[in-house]
Amino acid sequence: MDKNLQEYWRKNISFMAFLLVIWALVSYGCGIIFVKPLNAIRLGGFPLGFWFAQQGAIYVFVCLIFIYYLYMQKLDRKYDVHE
Amino acid sequence: MSILAWTYIMVGLTFGLYIFIAWISRVRDTKGFYVAGGGVPPLANGMATAADWMSAASFISMAGLISFLGYAGSIYLMGWTGGYVLLALLLAPYLRKFGKYTVPDFVGDRYYSDAARFVALVCAIFVSLTYVCGQMRGVGIVFSRFLEVPVDIGVLIGMAIVFFYAGLGGMKGITWTQVAQYTVLIIAYLIPAVFISMKIAGTPIPQIGLGGHVQTGQYTGQYLLDVLDKLNTDLGFTAYTQPGAKSMLDVFCITFALMVGTAGLPHVIIRFYTVPSVRAARLSAGYALLFIAILYTTAPAVAAFARYNMIDTINDKPYSQAPSWFKNWEKTGLIAWVDKNNDGIIQYRAGKPFIGKPKFTGKTGPLGQKLVANKITDSPNELYVDRDIMVLANPEIANLPAWVIALVAAGGLAAALSTASGLLLVIASSISHDLYYRMINRKATEKQRLLVGRIMIGIAVCIAGYFGINPPGFVAQVVAFAFGLAASSFFPIIVLGIFSTRTNREGAICGMLAGIIFTAAYIIYFKFMGGTKDQWFLGISPEGIGTVGMIINFVVTLVVSRMTKEPPREIQDLVASIRTPRGAGAAIDH
Repeated sequence: MDKNLQEYWRKNISFMAFLLVIWALVSYGCGIIFVKPLNAIRLGGFPLGFWFAQQGAIYVFVCLIFIYYLYMQKLDRKYDVHE
Repeated sequence: MSILAWTYIMVGLTFGLYIFIAWISRVRDTKGFYVAGGGVPPLANGMATAADWMSAASFISMAGLISFLGYAGSIYLMGWTGGYVLLALLLAPYLRKFGKYTVPDFVGDRYYSDAARFVALVCAIFVSLTYVCGQMRGVGIVFSRFLEVPVDIGVLIGMAIVFFYAGLGGMKGITWTQVAQYTVLIIAYLIPAVFISMKIAGTPIPQIGLGGHVQTGQYTGQYLLDVLDKLNTDLGFTAYTQPGAKSMLDVFCITFALMVGTAGLPHVIIRFYTVPSVRAARLSAGYALLFIAILYTTAPAVAAFARYNMIDTINDKPYSQAPSWFKNWEKTGLIAWVDKNNDGIIQYRAGKPFIGKPKFTGKTGPLGQKLVANKITDSPNELYVDRDIMVLANPEIANLPAWVIALVAAGGLAAALSTASGLLLVIASSISHDLYYRMINRKATEKQRLLVGRIMIGIAVCIAGYFGINPPGFVAQVVAFAFGLAASSFFPIIVLGIFSTRTNREGAICGMLAGIIFTAAYIIYFKFMGGTKDQWFLGISPEGIGTVGMIINFVVTLVVSRMTKEPPREIQDLVASIRTPRGAGAAIDH
């Protein structure tokens, strides 16, 4: 791989890792590990931990995919590998 | 007009639509048959993926399951959606760039080995076959409940319809019927959900209603979830919003296995071969999860409304005053009541009312209730409720008109048929493409390959139909299998095939075998050979063991790859090429 493509790949990996950290935080963090303490906090009628587990995590998942799509579209153009 | 007449009209109309779509999208070449010619727009592929993914179980059973499990049901909500993030970030764009027809195709080519191809092919067929039997059964059940025909006839009608549109149109026919089926199923799911949300929480948006205030009755003005917590605790259940008895590690592992399993399911992955570009693959994964999320965020609201409504209208009420939907579903055997203390009042408590599913004696008690022959337990609970009725009875509970009930039937059928057709295509393409063309007859012409593909759809439909009519007792158990195997076989191999150039044939084959053998042995021991709970490894249930199998696969693949010689030059170039999007649009054929 030439140097330019290596850089493209490195940037892709680090952004992906960043998104996967958020992915793990909202589902395994807020939805499972910290559900009890978070349930003590209220979000309107929802205990917060429960809200993350049954609603919030899913909303975040959807956003993550669209953010990745937009980021990669820019990155593809910048490194001239777009279709 | 009666409910039955409406149901015939709705089901007839939707089936007619599917057949019409199949006719206009019939195909003549293998590329059309396997990957819809690679020209499906991202939005359409998103809808098709959503319909492909959401099965009869998602449509009919999931809300009911959550209703009884409360917080503990979150494993399914997160597990069956979170996998799409992995799919969109780690798999879909690269597999699209690779650009062939099936999952075993990628495994065989990337690991330059027919042995790896064969292992992948066996896994793909096994996973898809276990899944499809359940779908056919689902078709039969919807037919028998709503159209009053025997389950067997329902299965036969379903088989004929699927064979017609999958055989004729292959992936292209399936894709466009799935777009129509998604539309039908989501409308059928949302209409009753919106009305019941209005009735209980006073808002048309179920996702908001879940956190809203109860509108009528003795709990007026209190938050719905607080009321459910209180009712559950009073009746001896775990509070609705709190974690239950399962260990945190087990919950963690089950959720992870479901996520990774989702990302490794061949009938889901294969959908991303059908879009025109890498960009479209990334985008359509987003649309797919968006369309899935519409149902998956509505389901927990439906679950909570149904639970509140059930306890509020039935518990501690005299049987003679039970609402009409209660009596209707009692007729079908999905509700049963045993008056243990002879007070004529329905007591709903934690625990099983009797052992097993209700077996009715055919006689009725003094109040007209159907009597059961089951062994009665000591539990004060007198009520048996099948979880499926939570969705199916919703329209009746909310007093919706007959056409809405008919629509729910059509939606359930759409969910079952769309998933069944996607699975059948995986089975057919694995055999006709990976086995017949790639491993047996490399000289086969387009026409021969297409014919073999169609014959395989026919054979797969017959096998699925057979198991739909004669369901093996282990269907429920093998669902854990499908996810566990997908998680422990495909996922690590595909990810490493993309992200680690150094991973070679020896590593991949050893890793896949280690992952599958460990996972399968664990599940078989605990599900079929009488293993007990105290023997669980670290307290992890068979449903969650795919996570451990996946880790074993990763470790074995990496270690063995480092110990053996690196993959040939052209494979390293292949890996480099799938990492950049440009050039995916060019047609690739073998």
